[in-house]
Amino acid sequence: MKRLSIIGNCSLRCSTSCIHAVVFLLVLSGIACAGVEYREFANPEQQEAYENLTSELRCLVCQNQTIADSNAELAADLRRQVYEMLQQGKSKQDIAQFMTDRYGDFVLYNPPFKLKTGLLWIGPVLFLLIGLIAVFLFTRRKKTAETVEISAEKQQKIRSLLEKGDQF
Amino acid sequence: MLKYILPLILFIVLAVFLALGLNLHPNEIPSPLIDKPAPAFSAPKLQAPTEKLSQTDLKGKVWLFNVWASWCASCRSEHPILNQLAQQKAAIIVGLNYKDEPEAALGWLAQLGNPYDVSIMDQDGRIGIDWGVYGVPETFVVDKQGVIRYKHTGPVTPEDVQQIFLPLIAKLQAEN
Repeated sequence: MKRLSIIGNCSLRCSTSCIHAVVFLLVLSGIACAGVEYREFANPEQQEAYENLTSELRCLVCQNQTIADSNAELAADLRRQVYEMLQQGKSKQDIAQFMTDRYGDFVLYNPPFKLKTGLLWIGPVLFLLIGLIAVFLFTRRKKTAETVEISAEKQQKIRSLLEKGDQF
Repeated sequence: MLKYILPLILFIVLAVFLALGLNLHPNEIPSPLIDKPAPAFSAPKLQAPTEKLSQTDLKGKVWLFNVWASWCASCRSEHPILNQLAQQKAAIIVGLNYKDEPEAALGWLAQLGNPYDVSIMDQDGRIGIDWGVYGVPETFVVDKQGVIRYKHTGPVTPEDVQQIFLPLIAKLQAEN
């Protein structure tokens, strides 16, 4: 009987610590939930515009992330800005312009084609062309190297070596 | 001969590009606001929240606009340099207390000294967005016409003060 009560006591203690753990987890999840943003949109088009814009604008703190992906505070502020401007009836172009006026073309993941961004757009095509030309030149040179004539004497030697090899 | 020179040329080209890459600062984004009028603001003063300061109050003066926060570690290293700069009274220093708690900000100034002629509060970061702020601390230099002439991202060093800020301020003070 005594033993049982000890076990019971223990299980009670366990359950209180379990409750503590559950409470702790709930608090944690509450904190995690605080990071989720709820946005209400007047229509699906507006929501689509919001999703497009936030995934096309660069977070300037963690520069390889969009403001939709980033947890940085600035990204959250910029998402709020995008949302508010959409609520005010601003177009996507207006919002993109607002951002580039403040942060430059760098804020756009799809920067406009300009003299300054030209290399960015043409660069990959340029490198592809250089690669293709290099491959073309390389294969052509190899082909000419393969068609070297072998003298009759050498062919005779090759044949004799091959036949010798067969004997082993 | 070409067989030996070509890899050498390729190596040199690669080395040059890598050396240039090492000296780039991709975190420093050129501001489109240079030579543009300072974005408008009207914000409560940190020390006197009932009073407001706007950029028009600073017309006719050369001023620095320093973005800072008590949570910003690099601001702490920058702070003594700003204190020294403030003693020289070369220009007005306006602080933008960015996304900070007023109590924490006031405590910071009481502890480390106050280089600012005035600090304004930007608790929700909207003034920061208008000024294209992305990395605190940032420092702008605004001329007498209210035009932004220079932007510095990251903590200001004593070399920056001597080589960039003081000469630029002297030049702008001489302008009308």
